Amino acid sequence: MSFITYLINGISLGSVYAIIALGYTMVYGIAKMLNFAHGDIIMVGGFTVFTIVTTLGLPPALGILAAVIICTVLGLVIEKIAYRPLRKAASPLAVLITAIGVSYLLQNMALLIFGANTKSFTSVVNFSGLKLADGRINITGETIVTILSCIIIMAGLTFFINKTKAGQAMLAVSEDKGAAQLMGINVNGTIALTFAIGSALAAIAGVLLCSAYPSLTPYTGAMPGIKAFVAAVFGGIGSVPGAMIGGILLGVIEIFSRAYISSQMADAIVFGVLIIVLLVKPTGILGRNIQEKV
Amino acid sequence: MNSKKMQLNKNLTNNLITYGLVIAAFFVVQGMIWTGKSSSLMQGLLVPLCVYVILAVSLNLTVGILGELSLGHAGFMCVGAFASAFFSKCVQEAIPNSGLRFFLAILIGAAAAGLFGILIGIPVLRLKGDYLAIVTLAFGEIIKNIINVLYIGKDGNGFHFSMKDALSLHMESDGVLIINGAQGITGTPKDSSFIIGVALVLITLWIVLNIIHSRDGRAIMSIRDNRIAAESIGINITKYKLMAFSVSAALAGVAGVLYAHNLSTLTALPKNFGYNMSIMILVFVVLGGIGNIRGSVISAVILTLLPELLRGLNSYRMLIYAIVLIVMMLFNWSPKCIEFRERYSLKRLLKNRNHNKKEAE
Amino acid sequence: MALLEAKNLTISFGGLRAVDDFQISIEKGRLYGLIGPNGAGKTTVFNLLTGVYKPNEGIITLDGKDITGKKTIEINKAGIARTFQNIRLFKELSVIDNVKAGLHNHHPYSVIAGILRLPKYFREEKKMTEEAMELLKVFDLDGEAEYLAANLPYGKQRKLEIARALATRPKILLLDEPAAGMNPNETQELMDTIRFVRKQFDMTILLIEHDMKLVSGICEELTVLNFGRILAQGKTSEVLNDPEVIKAYLGE
Repeated sequence: MSFITYLINGISLGSVYAIIALGYTMVYGIAKMLNFAHGDIIMVGGFTVFTIVTTLGLPPALGILAAVIICTVLGLVIEKIAYRPLRKAASPLAVLITAIGVSYLLQNMALLIFGANTKSFTSVVNFSGLKLADGRINITGETIVTILSCIIIMAGLTFFINKTKAGQAMLAVSEDKGAAQLMGINVNGTIALTFAIGSALAAIAGVLLCSAYPSLTPYTGAMPGIKAFVAAVFGGIGSVPGAMIGGILLGVIEIFSRAYISSQMADAIVFGVLIIVLLVKPTGILGRNIQEKV
Repeated sequence: MNSKKMQLNKNLTNNLITYGLVIAAFFVVQGMIWTGKSSSLMQGLLVPLCVYVILAVSLNLTVGILGELSLGHAGFMCVGAFASAFFSKCVQEAIPNSGLRFFLAILIGAAAAGLFGILIGIPVLRLKGDYLAIVTLAFGEIIKNIINVLYIGKDGNGFHFSMKDALSLHMESDGVLIINGAQGITGTPKDSSFIIGVALVLITLWIVLNIIHSRDGRAIMSIRDNRIAAESIGINITKYKLMAFSVSAALAGVAGVLYAHNLSTLTALPKNFGYNMSIMILVFVVLGGIGNIRGSVISAVILTLLPELLRGLNSYRMLIYAIVLIVMMLFNWSPKCIEFRERYSLKRLLKNRNHNKKEAE
Repeated sequence: MALLEAKNLTISFGGLRAVDDFQISIEKGRLYGLIGPNGAGKTTVFNLLTGVYKPNEGIITLDGKDITGKKTIEINKAGIARTFQNIRLFKELSVIDNVKAGLHNHHPYSVIAGILRLPKYFREEKKMTEEAMELLKVFDLDGEAEYLAANLPYGKQRKLEIARALATRPKILLLDEPAAGMNPNETQELMDTIRFVRKQFDMTILLIEHDMKLVSGICEELTVLNFGRILAQGKTSEVLNDPEVIKAYLGE
C-alpha cells in the first residue's frame, strides 16, 4: 500500500516540476536561453503568498492572484531589461550569465526583505484530503490540488498553443525568428508573452510547492528550478508534452529513491537517470533530432 | 617568414605579460605582508584567490578554447580535493616532510580529477551545447552527493568502505575514520600557502598557454570553430575534445588540492562544490573574456575581492555584486552598447579631433 | 588503374534515393567535373566519397585500397581532401593557422613536447610554418597570413579553404563549387590557380561546379547527375553536346 502512496506523492511532486519545466521549456524553445532565474521566480511567488496570507491575514485566493500578477510583471521586466538587449549578442553565454546575475539579484533581494530564516508557509489548500483502503492510503489535499492544477494547466496550454493566434505565433517564432518577423509576427511581443506565461506558471508552482513542503527561504526556488530544468531536458527541451512527462517521471523517481534506496542519494539518482537518458537519446525523450547539414 | 616570427614574438610577449602580472601581484602582496600592511582578512583570502584563478583558467580551456559549456567544474575540484586530502591524511605519519607530501598530493589530486574527466568525457562529449551543460552539472552534483554518503576508515586489516554510516565499516578498535560521510575529512595537514598557490597558478598558466599555442591547441580550436571541417582535414575530434576536457579537469583537481590543504575540515557542501560554485567560475570566465586567459586571471581576482571590498556595506554586498554582474554583462555584450561604446570611444573622439584639426589647417 | 574508383554507390534518406547506382573512375592527374541541376545529389556524392555518409550499397577504392564506410579522418589520411560549398574555415584562427591545422598529421609531436617546449616543438613548428607559408604563396595569401580567417574577403576565403585541403597532402582534391559567388574576373583567376595546383602538386582534382565556362574551360572529363542518377559520363566536349544533358539543363 505504501507503494501507491509513494507513487501518488511522486506524481504530485512531479506535477510541480512539470509546471516549472513548462515555463523553462517554453522560454528555451522561443528564446533559446537557459533562464537560470526561473527557479527564483518560484521563490518570489512563495513569498508573495506568504506575505499576503500569513503576515497580512488576507484570503489565500487573493494571495495566489497577487503572486501570479507580481511574477508575471517581474518576468516581463526581467526579459525587457536584462535579456532582450542581449538577444543578438555574439555569444549565447552572455545571456546565460546575465540570467545567473538576475538569479543572484532576486535571491539577495528576498534575503534583504525577509531575512535568511526559514519561514513556515501556511498551506493555501484547506480541505483535508482522502483516506482510501481503510486509511492505509492517505492522499493530502495539497496532492490532489497539485495534480489537478497540473492537468488543467497542461490542457489549457496545449489548447492555447494549438488553437490561438498567439500560440501559433509562439510556434512560428521558436521555429524561425526571421521568417516569423517577415510574416508580420511581433517577435518581441511574442517572446515577452512567453516569459509572462512562464513566470505566471512559476508563481503557481511556487504556491503549490510551498503548500506541500511548507518551508520558505530565499533559496527555496533554486534546486526545484534546476530539477525542473533537468525534467525539461529529460522530456526533450522545447517540447510541451515532453516537459510534462519529464517532470512527472522525475518526481516519481525522486520519491521512490527517497523511499526505497536512500534519501541522501535521491538527487544523485535523479541526475544519474538524466545522464543515462541523454546518452541513449541525446535530445531527450520527445526531443527532435536535428543533424547538421554538410 | 618575418610575419610568422612576429606572431611568435607577439604570443610570447602576450604570455610574458600574463606571467609578469601574476608575479608582480605576488610581490606587491608579499611586500604588504612583510611590511605588516595587510589585514588578517586579506591574508585569509590569498590561497582562495589562487584556487579561483586556477579554476577560471582551467575552465576557460573547456569553455573558451574547446568551446563547450561545462557546469560541472566544481565536481572535478571536489574529486581533486578529496582524493588528495585522503592521501595526505593516510601518509601524514609516513611522510613527515610536508613539501614532498604536498607535491605527491598535487599529483594525486590532478590524476584523480583528470581520470574523472576522461571517464565522464568519453560518454558526454558527444552531446552538444546546453545538453552538455546540463549533463556536466548533473555529474558535478552526483560527485558531491556521493562524497556526502561515503565513509572510509582504516584499521589493522586495511581500508573499509561504506555508503551507509560509520558503524557499518565494522572496524577494529584501532580503526581511524578518514572520510566521515557528510562530516567529510578532518585534520588534513595545512600544507597550502600563498607562495605554493602562486606557483601553481603559474604552472597552470604555463600548461594552458602552451597547449593553446601548439599543434594540439590548434586542433582543439579548429574543432571549436568548425567540427566538420576539422574532421575533413584528419583531426581526431574525440581525442582532442577529451584532451582539452581532461586537462581542464585535472587542473581543477589541482585547485581542489590547494583548497583542501588550506582547511582543517573538508566537507562537500553545495556552497563549495555544488553547481553554484561551477556557475561562479563560469562567471569569471565569461566576464574575463571567453578564450582570454589573462582576462580569466584578472576577473577571478576582481570578482573574488569585490564582495570582500563591499563587506562594509554588509547585507547589501551580494545585491550590489548581482547588479554589477548584470550591468557588466549588458555593457560588454549588448550589441547596442558595443555600438555606443565604439561611437563614443575615447580613441575615436581623439582621432576625430585630429582629423578636424587637419581639415581646419 | 584508376586513382579513385566508385562502383554502384547508393544512398537513401527516408525512402528517397539521393544517389542511385553512382559510378566514377578517375585516372591520376585528371581534372574531373561533376555537374548537374540543383538537388541532383552532387554534394551527397562528395559526402559519400569523404565518409560523411556511409553508402547503403557500393564500394569506393582509392589507389586500389577499399575505403568504403571508413571514417572521415581515415579517408583524409588515406588521401582525399575536400572543400565545402558553404565555406567552412576556422574563423577565429589566423590564416596561417588554418593551413597549419591542415598540416596537423604531417608534423606530429607529443602534448608533452608542446607543453614543455622541447626542441622537437620548435623544430616541427618551424617546418610547419615554412610549409604553410609556401602554400599561402601559391594562393597569393602570404600577405594576409596573420589575419583572422573570418576577416578575409569571400574569394580569398575560398582560396584558403583549398590551401588548407592541400596541406593535408591528398592524392585527390575534391572542390565543392569553388567559383560560387565569384565574379568573372575572380573565376578566371581561380581557373588559373586550379590549373597551377594540378601542375605544381601533380594533383588529381574532382570538382562540382555550376559555372559552365569554368567546367568547359578546365575539366577534361565530366559526369552529369540528375535526380541522383548518372545522365551522362565521358569527355567534356561529348558530354556537353549530349542532347539528354542539354534537355536536363535547358528543359524541354
